[in-house]
Amino acid sequence: MVAFYGTEVTSRLMLGTAQYPSPAVLEQAFRRSGAGIATVSVRREAGAERAGAAFWDLVAQLGVRVLPNTAGCHSVREAVTTAQMARELFETKWIKLEVIGHADTLQPDPFGLVEAARILTDEGFEVFPYTTEDLVLAERLLEVGCKVLMPWGAPIGTGLGLTNIYGLRTLRAQFPDVPMVVDAGLGLPSQAARAMEMGFDAVLLNTAVARAGDPVGMAEGFARAVEAGRLAYEADPMEPRDMAAPSTPLIGKAFLE
Amino acid sequence: MKINVNGEGREVAPGTLDKVLDELGYGGARVATAINETFVPTAARGQTELSDGDRLEIVAPRQGG
Repeated sequence: MVAFYGTEVTSRLMLGTAQYPSPAVLEQAFRRSGAGIATVSVRREAGAERAGAAFWDLVAQLGVRVLPNTAGCHSVREAVTTAQMARELFETKWIKLEVIGHADTLQPDPFGLVEAARILTDEGFEVFPYTTEDLVLAERLLEVGCKVLMPWGAPIGTGLGLTNIYGLRTLRAQFPDVPMVVDAGLGLPSQAARAMEMGFDAVLLNTAVARAGDPVGMAEGFARAVEAGRLAYEADPMEPRDMAAPSTPLIGKAFLE
Repeated sequence: MKINVNGEGREVAPGTLDKVLDELGYGGARVATAINETFVPTAARGQTELSDGDRLEIVAPRQGG
């Protein structure tokens, strides 16, 4: 079992709640995925709209923990204020902290991210920073009080998978005791399995499930891949080698000279 | 007075944030608020006076990734 800020979760798959074809499909996808944590956001609401209440009811039915995000925030101020509003609305100290630094790649702004993480940690938040695989940035985030890291696999919504295997492997090895969630960029279950095989504690994805032709089926595909990858990691995989090595014993083979 | 609500200009009666929210149709809604990019907790709405030209953000739970 993995724990984030002392809270144990049974599933190593975390799912976003955006972009599903309908609320019913979202609900079915969650049920089939077995995900225990759902990411959510806060957005502007019109006077008589009450869309927030409807979404709140839907999330409550899922029976999962919520992880609000600061998606779309480009400054420290915006991200901090959004986090404060999210904490009140969702009644949780957890915040998936995004401080976006680049419009095309949605790459985190590392400087703003560390500053916002420091402010929010000091205010009692439990910060899940959306970060790159950069080692120095990871160290800074841990220094300001983050106890979980969420390195990207690839830019948000691309489905490119793990674009920097070396960087992710180094990050995992450098901080073996820090819970790490590969967040963003995953498109296929095999990519999620790979992340889990490398020893990451969980994966978080949204678009890959929500935008699949059959989101419910894809949710189950990811659930199985995450489980398979984790089992493989725990089972201590064999070392790859360049030359062939027969698996069937040579001893007793017929026609041996 | 004229304030900016979620990016749009609105004319509201001068008063505290809780009254302004009622006037704008948010009575009882599950919303969070910020004035000029500073968070205003629900408990502080009754003591928070809005001023002409203030930028008010009103948000609610939504889908997210």
